[in-house]
Amino acid sequence: MNSIILRVGTQYLCGILVLFSLYMLIRGHNEPGGGFIGGLIGSTGFVLFALACGTADARNALKVMPQNIAMAGLGIALLAGIYAAIFGDALFTGQWLFINETPEDKGIPISTVLFFDIGVYLVVFGSILSIVFAMEEEI
Amino acid sequence: MTWTLATPLVLPFLTAVLAFLARYGAAGRWFSVAGNAILLGASILLMARVLDQGVIATQMGGWAAPFGITLVADYLSAVMVVITAITALAVSVYALSDIDERKEHLGYHALFNILIGGVVGAFLTGDLFNLYVWFEVMLISSFGLLILGGKKEQIDGGIKYVTLNLISTILFLSGIGLLYGMTGTLNMADMARAIDTVENQGLVTVVAMMFMVAFGVKAAVFPLFFWLPAAYHTPAFSVSAVFAGLLTKVGVYALIRMFTLVFDGDIGFTHQILLWVAALTMVTGVLGAAAQNDMRKILSFHIVSQIGYMIMGLALLTPLAVAGAVFYLVHHIIVKANLFLIAGVAERTAGSTNLDRIGGLYKSAPLLAVLFFIPAFSLAGFPPLSGFWAKYVLVAAAIEIEGWIIAAVALLVGLLTIFSMTKIWAEAFWKPHPEGVDPELTRLTPQARRNLLIPIAALAAMTLVIGFSPDPFVTFAKDAAAQLLDPTAYITTVLGGEA
Repeated sequence: MNSIILRVGTQYLCGILVLFSLYMLIRGHNEPGGGFIGGLIGSTGFVLFALACGTADARNALKVMPQNIAMAGLGIALLAGIYAAIFGDALFTGQWLFINETPEDKGIPISTVLFFDIGVYLVVFGSILSIVFAMEEEI
Repeated sequence: MTWTLATPLVLPFLTAVLAFLARYGAAGRWFSVAGNAILLGASILLMARVLDQGVIATQMGGWAAPFGITLVADYLSAVMVVITAITALAVSVYALSDIDERKEHLGYHALFNILIGGVVGAFLTGDLFNLYVWFEVMLISSFGLLILGGKKEQIDGGIKYVTLNLISTILFLSGIGLLYGMTGTLNMADMARAIDTVENQGLVTVVAMMFMVAFGVKAAVFPLFFWLPAAYHTPAFSVSAVFAGLLTKVGVYALIRMFTLVFDGDIGFTHQILLWVAALTMVTGVLGAAAQNDMRKILSFHIVSQIGYMIMGLALLTPLAVAGAVFYLVHHIIVKANLFLIAGVAERTAGSTNLDRIGGLYKSAPLLAVLFFIPAFSLAGFPPLSGFWAKYVLVAAAIEIEGWIIAAVALLVGLLTIFSMTKIWAEAFWKPHPEGVDPELTRLTPQARRNLLIPIAALAAMTLVIGFSPDPFVTFAKDAAAQLLDPTAYITTVLGGEA
């Protein structure tokens, strides 16, 4: 589709969507949201890009092949699960680290759960884009 | 302890990631081979642990059963994981020369290893919904493998495969929902305990039938097998081999698991139906094979027919019969995967798998003829090959409880199997090649000969080992059957917290 309105609109929307998807990813830690929905929102940004400017440009903007993003995500999610082995826990047991922990305040929690969610985000993001790009190029 | 169970599940996915990221180089395919070799090691460790302790279980994420997802291995699960790893290793070596670079670039090795991961997951999970997830993992990756290459008949077979399997998936999911509504749990061990307290046992039987149909599609039993012969002859030989060996057997495994552990309340009804299904599956499969003229199609129909034997063992539900089913599963996976691998070599040397267009393999490639003879006549049940003992145990079990008709059907189908195997033998091996080609193995490069023949020879050797010393395997199968028919140890291990 060649429409200047869509192209200009996409320039702004794409960035906002990706940013919002990251917000959803982090928010999912304690509230509704998370890697799956975040990955879906983030991929819509690039789907929009592909519709407005063509898949070639979208692939260029992405720099990395979407299939590789998905597979790397699977790897990250797996490593987050396997990391529990070091502590002798069962597979996928969450491991927590609290930064700046004080008696009153737990501080900033960093956990393998978060990394697992990031992996999910990348898997969803990458696989949606591989499918959409492939279908867009087929037509 | 927990990692003995988790490692075989995690390894295939790690392998898939590495193989995918390295798919443009030679490293990708070697990652696959190495990953599957390690998987075999890990599964043997698991087997050793299970032999030592009976049943082992671990709770993923440390969430106690029945709330978290349990991984559990009894004798049946453990032997299925070992056999999966053996098949995966053999096929990944074979694939070194079978899969062209274009398919590798599309991610063949990653899909293959994800499929293996799904199969292992299905064998190890103790949670019904998790089992559904592994079925989905298998379905998606196998669909990818099936249409990889994009030939017209591949898409055709792939669509049939996915449509019928999606129907089965929907039934499966609805069944899970209903069971959860009745028992309030998804953990299979907990469900086995809770199902007896359900007031409306009629509804339980209805749900049991839903599961029977859902798993029946996966296992390709009569009358739900149509997708199998339509799909299995189209993809690369490595792919059909691993499908033929493993995929339908996951359905059989799920049937055995659910109909010994959970749905054992109304045996007179459910297992009677299973018995009919078994007999009809055996007969239609073998008759369908007789009408075919392509090696892979004949073999595909024989998968269907052989599934009937395993279901027969489950349907009779005596210790000996279930042992026969377990033994049959193990024997069948090795033999069937091997036959598809051999069909691949036949095509490479003689130019086709259509029996009208090939021949002369016995004269030009006697080694291949010997390698074919072993699994083919094991499938048909020639003594002393592994298939003979498998059939022997099942027929003995049927006679033991005076199931004359099913015993007669099993024997008759064995005879008809010999007919099909001798047909392949006569057409592909004995008769001269119609175009006067010498299908010698030297037509392959030395490297291809090594990669293609070593897995075939190894699997044939395993058939011989099982055939010549069946005692330990039969004993093992009997122990597995005893565990299945008396699931107390399974239930207490799963629910009794961390072992």
